[in-house]
Amino acid sequence: MEPRMMTGAEMVLQALVDQGVTDVFGYPGGAVLPIYDAIFQQEKIFHTLVRHEQGAGHAAEGYARSTGKVGVALVTSGPGATNMVTPLTDALLDSIPMVCITGQVATHLIGSDAFQECDTVGITRPCTKNNWLVKDVNDLSRILHEAFYVATHGRPGPVVVDIPKDIQFATGVYTPPDPRGHKTYQPQVKGDSAAIRAAIELIAGARRPIFYTGGGVINSGPEASKLLREFVRLTGHPITTTLMGLGSYPASDPQWLGMLGMHGTYEANNAMHDCDVMVAVGARFDDRITGRLNAFSPNSRKIQIDIDPSSINKNVRVDIPIIGDVKNVLADMLHVWKAEKPKTDKAALKQWWAQIDKWRSRNSLAYRNSRDVIMPQYAVERLYEATKGRETFITTEVGQHQMWAAQYFPFEEPNHWMTSGGLGTMGYGLPAAVGVQTAHPDALVIDIAGDASVLMTMQEMSTAVQHDLPIKIFILNNQHMGMVRQWQQLLHGNRLSHSYTEALPDFVKLAEAYGCVGFEVSKPGDLDGAIAEMIKVNRPVLFDCRVAALANCLPMIPSGKAHNEMLLPEATDAEIDSAIDDAGKVMV
Amino acid sequence: MNAQPTQSFVQPAKPPLERHTLSVVVDNEPGVLARVIGLFSGRGYNIDSLTVSETEHAAHVSRITIVTTGQATVIEQIKAQLSRMVPVHTVRDLTAEGGSLERELALVKVVGTGDQRNEALRLAQVFRADVIDANVDHFVFELTGKPAKVDQFIAIMGPLGLVEVCRTGIAAVSRGKRTD
Ligand SMILES: Cc1cc2nc3c(=O)[nH]c(=O)nc-3n(C[C@H](O)[C@H](O)[C@H](O)COP(=O)(O)OP(=O)(O)OC[C@H]3O[C@@H](n4cnc5c(N)ncnc54)[C@H](O)[C@@H]3O)c2cc1C
Ligand SMILES: Cc1ncc(C[n+]2csc(CCOP(=O)(O)OP(=O)(O)O)c2C)c(N)n1
Ligand SMILES: [Mg+2]
Repeated sequence: MEPRMMTGAEMVLQALVDQGVTDVFGYPGGAVLPIYDAIFQQEKIFHTLVRHEQGAGHAAEGYARSTGKVGVALVTSGPGATNMVTPLTDALLDSIPMVCITGQVATHLIGSDAFQECDTVGITRPCTKNNWLVKDVNDLSRILHEAFYVATHGRPGPVVVDIPKDIQFATGVYTPPDPRGHKTYQPQVKGDSAAIRAAIELIAGARRPIFYTGGGVINSGPEASKLLREFVRLTGHPITTTLMGLGSYPASDPQWLGMLGMHGTYEANNAMHDCDVMVAVGARFDDRITGRLNAFSPNSRKIQIDIDPSSINKNVRVDIPIIGDVKNVLADMLHVWKAEKPKTDKAALKQWWAQIDKWRSRNSLAYRNSRDVIMPQYAVERLYEATKGRETFITTEVGQHQMWAAQYFPFEEPNHWMTSGGLGTMGYGLPAAVGVQTAHPDALVIDIAGDASVLMTMQEMSTAVQHDLPIKIFILNNQHMGMVRQWQQLLHGNRLSHSYTEALPDFVKLAEAYGCVGFEVSKPGDLDGAIAEMIKVNRPVLFDCRVAALANCLPMIPSGKAHNEMLLPEATDAEIDSAIDDAGKVMV
Repeated sequence: MNAQPTQSFVQPAKPPLERHTLSVVVDNEPGVLARVIGLFSGRGYNIDSLTVSETEHAAHVSRITIVTTGQATVIEQIKAQLSRMVPVHTVRDLTAEGGSLERELALVKVVGTGDQRNEALRLAQVFRADVIDANVDHFVFELTGKPAKVDQFIAIMGPLGLVEVCRTGIAAVSRGKRTD
């Protein structure tokens, strides 16, 4: 193709088009005005105007997670860039592909403490996979294409391209994306075949196997979920999923043991503890999963499939690492399994399943329902019942409600569950819902929220109204920072230091002030009707669901404990008060 | 429930610390060194010595030589973390490969008169250090060699009027004809 001359601002738009981008979330300011002017003069890229740059970042994350595409955010220099630090860090920890374009003061002003100048590449270096400051307009298109490549290849993550204002005005040569990719950054996607064979042999010989699968399966794309289902069903082995992996394996499938980890099920955690062969697929042995490290699955041989070599042996030593993309490695594993039709120990597996069924029968997600107050678990269950059979996407904030959503809202498909797992960012869910709804205008998009979290980014309701995004914000309002309160009960003698808001707003009035629709429900009997109405309304809704104030999120592995030392729902207050010892207190 | 006795978090026997020299070839671009150093400070890894220089102007690459100390598992993490960085081309563990060549240069200022001064000069000659500046009451020595030799020289000069030391940090290459 002929090299084309254009301004830096036009290059930004052209690069977005050439990268297949259709949506951008942003907020203008002095240092990005040329780019906003270019946006004004075109129709291929649709811009969603948020109300705070953090919202643009989380919206881009929700968009990315629900589509498998890159999320794009555009913000100005200085405060615009610093407001992006939280979503960039969030995306880094949760492996979300995101390209963030920031404006910068003109090149000759850099370093002079110019108006709205900050060292954006310096500030965002530790919270990006890579970042670039563009100093020559003729480098701009190459850097933008590289940014998209880096965000999406290998372990996905956020990148920042910082563009000084003079570069946006300058004219230079635009180069289209290079089909050869990248000169040095070439992550390994195909697994080593000897390791794959060794893994198959270990899996086939297992007497107490378990698949432990995570967000990497979602990152790898829908094909990976398909292959995972096929492989797991072929082996007949049990499978558990991390918070980030929910939906990669259907919750309705009897082989699925539910989520594992701190708030995972009794059967999943005990199976992890007692297994003899563990197959970690795109999961990073996070501390919410392992509990006390020296008691983590002590007698198992471990296989780990991961695209990022630094995820291997980071917290837990594995016996067979397989570096590669989940979809490629699973395809190869399936191939070997089908070709070799290995003999499995049917009797041992039967016994293992009998043991698992025993754990299952403890029914660790049981809770005591009430006729007078809405139990939060019940609210999530009713929400699920009402949305069955519809294309539904769930986002969450952070806290107890997030865990209840994970426990009581079953997912059948990948990319339908958006939550802040690694950073645990309160305020993620509402803007993330904005991003999801932008990508899926006809779907039902619900932010399962907490009363405290929702106040952190509620201004994005205004974005939803402006852009006709009929998101549903379903607040499990326990009038507390419930998760903090629970930990204060566990660790600090139930002294509830600043874990409740003295002055919660009237959420119904708040909704109306923003031009949304407000609901308030506090009786279990009114819940179903109100939820049905919420779904029917084709406008953004703020739903204030008043739930029991002091419910605890169980089951739970208290910090510092092992998988087989869980607190179950029938735990008494006394047991909860004394569940964590001094060594556990220092953990978060 | 919770019948098991609680154990301490601290693993009883800590694996021994190892010292490794890593040779890292990176894009010669602004911010790359900051990214590498940020990895070490951000994740709590040690840097015992660090040297950086452009090595191939045409190829636009620099070599960072890092000496670090940590348990074997930490060293393994450091290498994995470095290797996955976008501007990093290659990471070689010269210590693990064995038989690498390591040299360091030091400038050592010694102040004194009389016997002490003579002794300093005599020992400098034994170590094959050059005098690159001198007056009646001081010397500046230039010494090149293995880090251990430099350590030893500095220790010896301590009681002989040592007032200032500047070390370059370690430059290292592997033996033989292999390149990166
Ligand atoms: C209040 C709270 C409580 C929590 N409690 C729990 C809990 O009880 N249980 C729980 O599970 N989590 C819980 N979490 C979440 C937890 O903090 C972690 O975010 C989560 O466990 C990490 O999930 P993951 O291991 O699937 O890793 P992810 O963060 O999703 O990482 C994905 C892994 O896959 C790899 N990968 C990425 N792409 C690919 C690919 N294409 N091919 C191969 N590999 C790839 C990556 O390198 C990485 O190692 C909680 C979070 C909060 C905020
Ligand atoms: C930005 C941010 N600040 C603080 C925290 C610590 N934190 C975790 S959960 C939580 C309380 C959340 O309260 P709410 O949104 O009402 O949810 P609930 O636990 O009550 O369901 C807090 C303060 C956090 N995760 N994120
Ligand atoms: Mg709350």
